[in-house]
Amino acid sequence: MDLDLNQYISLFIEESREHLQNMNEALLDLEKDTTNISLINEIFRVAHTLKGMSGTMGFTNMANLTHEMENVLQEARNDEVELTEGIIDILFECFDLLDESVNYIATNGEENDNEHKELVQKLKVILNKDKDIANKDETCNTKKRILDEFVLNVAREALEKELNAFTIDITLSENCMLKSARSFIIFNTLESMGDIIYSNPSAEDIEDEKFDLDFSIAYITKADEKTLMEKLNNISEIEDIKIDKIDVDNITSSDKEDSNRNHNKSKENSYVPKKSLVKNDKSKTNKKNNRIGKTVRVDIERLDNLMNLVSELIIIRTRMNDLSEISNNDNMTEAIEYLERITTSLHDSVMKVRMVPVERVFNRFPRMVRDLSKELNKKVNLEMQGKDTEVDRTVIDEIGDPLIHIIRNSLDHGIEIPEVREKLGKPREGNLTLKAYPDGNNVVIEVIDDGGGIEFDKIRNKSIEKGIITEQESKLLSEEELKSLIFEPGFSTSEKISDISGRGVGLDVVKNKIESINGSIELESKVDKGTQFIIRIPLTLAIIQALLVRLRDEIYAIPLSSITEITNVKEDDIRNIQDQEIVLYRDKTIPVVRLDALMGLDSDDPTDEYIVVVVRKGEKQSALLVNDLIGQQEIVIKPLGKYLSNIKYLSGATILGNGNISLILDVNSLV
Amino acid sequence: MVSSTTTKYVTFKLDKEFYGIPIENVLSIEKTSKTTRIPNSPDYIHGLLNLRGNVIPIIDLRKKLGMNKNNIDKNSRIIVINENEIIAGLMVDSSSEVLEIDTNNIDKPPKADGNNFMEYIKGIGKTSDKLLILLDLIKILEH
Repeated sequence: MDLDLNQYISLFIEESREHLQNMNEALLDLEKDTTNISLINEIFRVAHTLKGMSGTMGFTNMANLTHEMENVLQEARNDEVELTEGIIDILFECFDLLDESVNYIATNGEENDNEHKELVQKLKVILNKDKDIANKDETCNTKKRILDEFVLNVAREALEKELNAFTIDITLSENCMLKSARSFIIFNTLESMGDIIYSNPSAEDIEDEKFDLDFSIAYITKADEKTLMEKLNNISEIEDIKIDKIDVDNITSSDKEDSNRNHNKSKENSYVPKKSLVKNDKSKTNKKNNRIGKTVRVDIERLDNLMNLVSELIIIRTRMNDLSEISNNDNMTEAIEYLERITTSLHDSVMKVRMVPVERVFNRFPRMVRDLSKELNKKVNLEMQGKDTEVDRTVIDEIGDPLIHIIRNSLDHGIEIPEVREKLGKPREGNLTLKAYPDGNNVVIEVIDDGGGIEFDKIRNKSIEKGIITEQESKLLSEEELKSLIFEPGFSTSEKISDISGRGVGLDVVKNKIESINGSIELESKVDKGTQFIIRIPLTLAIIQALLVRLRDEIYAIPLSSITEITNVKEDDIRNIQDQEIVLYRDKTIPVVRLDALMGLDSDDPTDEYIVVVVRKGEKQSALLVNDLIGQQEIVIKPLGKYLSNIKYLSGATILGNGNISLILDVNSLV
Repeated sequence: MVSSTTTKYVTFKLDKEFYGIPIENVLSIEKTSKTTRIPNSPDYIHGLLNLRGNVIPIIDLRKKLGMNKNNIDKNSRIIVINENEIIAGLMVDSSSEVLEIDTNNIDKPPKADGNNFMEYIKGIGKTSDKLLILLDLIKILEH
């Protein structure tokens, strides 16, 4: 059995994580609005699904916990329990434990034995306080209630035809692994001998494992009680079987009113004849099927492979384009233009498949901010904008940790405690805003807080203290340069070291991480007004728009996203200041980089005018001198690999239309 | 000695000597084609080659082993190797057959003080008609 289940574990884990994410969101919202029934319903639904899933997989601790959660939420739904802060906290604890359990299962393949009992107990206590005993009566009545008029009519007819009508109550044994499969066998066995006229819960719910351990069936058959019992006893994992003859007359006379009264209820319990069992609860299933039908899980490797193939296609397209220009055949040109359009949209589509909304990263922040602010005794309102901004999944995996670092920083050092804020005339509640939006081939993520901001004198003193700069150096530094010191290793301005941040590991790691994916990070800060981190990351790491330039007889690619301008500069305009050539352009002095010399090419070809490509990295700019411009092109980035990882000024290579390799300049290292 | 195993080596020529690398490290043997120079790289890196859509670095084995420059001709070959997740091409004068060498027939490299290039040699393989210089690929791929 274990072996069979193992193949479902990864699916179980992924789905559980999705459900838990929903639960997390709903819990956070519920905390703000404890009377919102639809949120309670949502959490209930998730708990229920998780219960079913973990039950099937044999993770009993999770199943038990979710079961108790369900009970509490059920009561909340019926207004029997008031959702106090305490109860919400317990629900959060449940969520944490579930999350932990899923993670544990993910790494160990089996359930951990942690303190779920304590939580189950806590949940039970909530229930016992408020539980209405009246519920008990209901369960006692179930049996009578399930026999509504329809069933009785069928039963009556059956009896007239000399058939037997029974109600069968079946309880599955507790260690039954696949309840639905087990019940399916029972249904099949029964159907081979007669007709099931209805079941409670409905056949659908049984199929979906939406039942505990027992279910009841009304059944018409030629066989007698004894044979039935024998047949059913042959099926394993059944705890208890109870077979009763339906006494039509008796029930009709004594319970007629009752069955009428319960007719409304019957809709929910879905009494349906066998034939339409499948169509039962149509609206509900449809809704569910839609949700499932719309998405497909695909192994990321397959997507990567697809992406590689599309990259190859783009290379060959460019090559054909070059060829068509030579051949000068109109039909050919037309066909290639068409090919071009198709490959471009194919590329876009594949890119979109690989895109995931930043929501996936953002989702974990509300809870983090909630917990941190409680811990720090601060009041923080988190606002998130542009959650549906999409980036390539290779990028998204990289930005989570840097963002966590920055948010922790903002909460710990940025936003002040309510008392201080009040004194400063700010609202007691601090604001933390996360903003994501696309900007050309980049996605920008901003983290903005309205906290204390950064005091530049503090940075100055701290850097001297930490030995990053000397006192003399510090006097010459501009504000911009001081800002960049924050990203130096070993830097922290926090007076006290806390759990959350201030250990001096942080912003330098953040910066490295972001630059490793060709992104950039900037900082804006005003004392007492707040701090703003602006992170710029590329949409994808695989294909970019680039400008091809010629240096002597070699062709290089410059990522278009980092180019601000292309212009001509006269030799006379290039000034030499302290061995650094600069050019004055648009009232700004920009350092000049003679690319040909930098790339080890002879530069003894003085002209009086140069073509200049102005590139930027953050606020800084550089003027790159090139010999010629070739044109703009979509290029596929091929990494240079481990062997060449130490080569300066290059970020990769690409294959041009003619099959030649061109190198991509690493603008970050040129500025 | 009873216990002996044989290893297959791809052999190639540099100057007058034959060299060998284990066949399991060899992905393919290619004719030379146009490469792209890599600026600011060590001189033994010949350039980048487009090998059916993959970009691979080519090492000029003569330079790496401190030998004289030889012009690329129609006999020149690139041996594409894979060692420790690095895929690279070794440019050689010409390549010939695959030889099987018994481990008992491999001698330790001669001791030569002051010769920096000895570290690239793992051993000397003896066959009936030639001596093979067996290269240490891990060392070759170090900068």
